[in-house]
Amino acid sequence: MRTEIRLVATGGQGMIRAGVILGEAAIADGMSAVQTQSYGPESRGGAAKAEVIIADEAIDYPMVIKADCLVALSQPGYDKYASEIKPDSTVIVDEDLVEVNTPPDAAALYRLPFSTTADALGNRVVANIIMLGSLCAITEAASKDNMVKAVESSFSERFRELNLKAFAEGYRIGREACEKAQQGGK
Amino acid sequence: MKSEKPNIDVTSAYKPTRPFTEEDFNRVKRVLGKNVLFVQGDIAIAYGALLAGCRFFAGYPITPATETAEMMSHLMPKIGGICVQMEDEIASIGAIIGASRCGAKAMTATSGPGFSLMQENIGYAAMTETPCVIVDVQRSGPSTGQPTEGAQGDIMQAKWGSHGDYEIIALSPSTAQECLDFTIDAFNLAEYYGVPVILLTDGIIGHMREKVVLPDFKDIDLARRKEPSRPKGEFQPYTADGSQIPEMAKFGTGFHTYITGLTHTESGYPCTDSQPDHDRLVKRLCNKIRDNRDMICRVERDYTDGDDKSAVGIISYGVTSRSVYNVVKKMRRDGINVDHLRIITNWPFPEKDVAELAQRTGRIIIPELNLGQVYHSVREVIGGKCDIVPLWKTGGQIFSPDEIIEAVKG
Repeated sequence: MRTEIRLVATGGQGMIRAGVILGEAAIADGMSAVQTQSYGPESRGGAAKAEVIIADEAIDYPMVIKADCLVALSQPGYDKYASEIKPDSTVIVDEDLVEVNTPPDAAALYRLPFSTTADALGNRVVANIIMLGSLCAITEAASKDNMVKAVESSFSERFRELNLKAFAEGYRIGREACEKAQQGGK
Repeated sequence: MKSEKPNIDVTSAYKPTRPFTEEDFNRVKRVLGKNVLFVQGDIAIAYGALLAGCRFFAGYPITPATETAEMMSHLMPKIGGICVQMEDEIASIGAIIGASRCGAKAMTATSGPGFSLMQENIGYAAMTETPCVIVDVQRSGPSTGQPTEGAQGDIMQAKWGSHGDYEIIALSPSTAQECLDFTIDAFNLAEYYGVPVILLTDGIIGHMREKVVLPDFKDIDLARRKEPSRPKGEFQPYTADGSQIPEMAKFGTGFHTYITGLTHTESGYPCTDSQPDHDRLVKRLCNKIRDNRDMICRVERDYTDGDDKSAVGIISYGVTSRSVYNVVKKMRRDGINVDHLRIITNWPFPEKDVAELAQRTGRIIIPELNLGQVYHSVREVIGGKCDIVPLWKTGGQIFSPDEIIEAVKG
């Protein structure tokens, strides 16, 4: 089994950090993982993309071709990659930043309020970790336990608590969205 | 005029007389923290170097190799080693050659533009038989090219970049784990053969995070240069026994260790107008590698069973092997007989293995992230005995499996 996850946003939103945390959690789960990235020369702004592949066997080709899961936190990112997905994929967007003009050809679309939730927590910067919480709840790409541990070890003490709170909040939002989707499906 | 005594004793800054023990190795592991890591290829190289006993790093930051230098600057002070950010790449390789002559296992890391600058001193390291490891995290060239993109454009330069006749060893990892493992191998080869060893990785593997497991001391071998077996008065720095590899005394220990890039005799002193002396020296520099080709060359073979000729043979190296592993799996699923030869030592070139593959198949395809480099070495070995299909790509993206499959199907 091989799961290909693509995280797209604008440079500075922390997609690469999010990809690294996801990969670390997957490794701790005993899986194989590869994380790659592409970004412009700017430290903020420009398109940023992180890709994570998680598999229960050695990973040969290390890139994503068509994603099992696409997460977009920017409009250009969504527009560019919305078509590069598998038919049974999951697409998650930050509804504060991405307008889904053309619905993706995916099995499930989640529009979640990552940015406003981050603002409510007092810092827009943690939107990426809120996203990770929701991603974990929706796709179960890595175990919640190891995701929390990876978040914990990724931040200095000063920011640890805020990010753990962000993850928990994101997880809650993701769970609720899942339950709603399941009820809607019935 | 009285010259001032320098207040730093360069030779005592590093004290390597003591061999690198299991205790030293485990101390490095404790500094690295966890045993299973999720790290970039560049970082794995730094870890591999420290586990191999590297205690001197000199470099100049350059994308996509900077992370190795950065990690070295964090870790070296913690284990009593030295990391210096030099003014440029020429100084960087000069520093590691000097450090190596003082007894340290030494390394530098760079990318194409810096690798070009290092060529002169790579020749000097080859001529003076100084063990050192040069990491080249390849990016698209020529010149400054595409800094953040990976490529395989320096394969020929690694062998032929400096002038004159010499041999080096070059290894191509394709995973973050191999970045660590092959760095240890690179130090072993450098120490054993007294030669610069080049780790030819690229910007893709360099920046790719993967699972890396640190080895245990019992799982690895650590080679060390041969120390003088003769007393101080009789020792000559370039007396080579049957192995063609001279013993090495470190500077400042009282052994006579004159070294020069000029043609020299066994004493180390220049002797630049004697044809036999030059011929003997340069032939030994080349033959100590060429005659040991079978020992040094490493490949990975994945051949189909049976006596029938395979439909196609694929030769890969470095990151391109990752695509080819996937191609082989897919093609075999479709019932196509495919042989895969992965080259690990780009230099010396594994001629025997390539010749063997040519006998097994009628057609060889060589995907490379350049406009034809290993293609030429393969063509030289095969000498027209089977078809060679080049497959070249530049611009920073690796081959998708489908691109290779399409080319195979022609």
